[in-house]
Amino acid sequence: MFQTVLFYFIAAVLMGAALGVIFSRNPVHSVMFLVLAFFQSAMLWLLVEAEFLAIVLVLVYVGAVMVLFLFVVMMLDINVETVQRSLTRYAPIALGVALLMAIEMVQLIWTRSETGESAVAFAAYPEGYSNTKALGSVLYTEHVYAFEIAAVILLLAIVAAITLTMRRRPGLKIQNVARQVAVRSKDRLRVIKMDSEKKQ
Amino acid sequence: MIGLQHYLTIAAMLFVLSIVGIVINRRNLILLLMCIELMLLAVNFNFVAFSRYLGDDTGQVFVFFILTVAAAEAAIGLAILVVLFRNRRSINVQELNEMKG
Repeated sequence: MFQTVLFYFIAAVLMGAALGVIFSRNPVHSVMFLVLAFFQSAMLWLLVEAEFLAIVLVLVYVGAVMVLFLFVVMMLDINVETVQRSLTRYAPIALGVALLMAIEMVQLIWTRSETGESAVAFAAYPEGYSNTKALGSVLYTEHVYAFEIAAVILLLAIVAAITLTMRRRPGLKIQNVARQVAVRSKDRLRVIKMDSEKKQ
Repeated sequence: MIGLQHYLTIAAMLFVLSIVGIVINRRNLILLLMCIELMLLAVNFNFVAFSRYLGDDTGQVFVFFILTVAAAEAAIGLAILVVLFRNRRSINVQELNEMKG
């Protein structure tokens, strides 16, 4: 019973946070609402005993990706008046289509329960089950190639982000290492033959 | 009793909300990226719910990979955004029409 109340409360906060992301005028507020949404999702995953993913969501998403978003939003110095959104002319159609989609999906989800019960409950894990241990034993055995590809993707993201944002400012006094290494002594030093001066 | 349908409903609503966010917001590119993150979160909800329902941990491994790819996507997307802002002094979606797409 307590879990049910908790679920509905967290779900309500999650929906409110999602609405806040979409409709708040200040981008910084949007990021904050997104952080709230991720946090609520982590709690909902904790409720179904997916602990590892919940912790990863908080650590990686809230801790790294959202902070990155916040950095960029604050760094870009966007004029809030120019961001001031008037709803576009697509807005009524979009809202209509979205409402239709939501109603259809929810209808479909709730009428297709096989047992005829109102909701299919999750089976409880046995005593002493560790979600992290179970995930680790699958991740490093069956999915080890996918795991390595994920590592390569992260490396790619690092390289891509750095190459995209790196820039050379004009007029900067820096050394050209290649030219320094390639220089020969005869380019710099000239030995000339000349007669010695007469003694006065 | 909280079960599969509840979680699928949350995922569906979150997904629809982020679609609405993408369509009605035509001013700010950062908000588009944030809505995409929200969409990926909705997909992850489905994966977690079905993984618990079927008792198969592979679904949660998939969520792990989706999180990885989403982090990479966010990093590259924000880098592109910074370059764009540096060149145009604006991230207004409606002004980005050079390609005439």
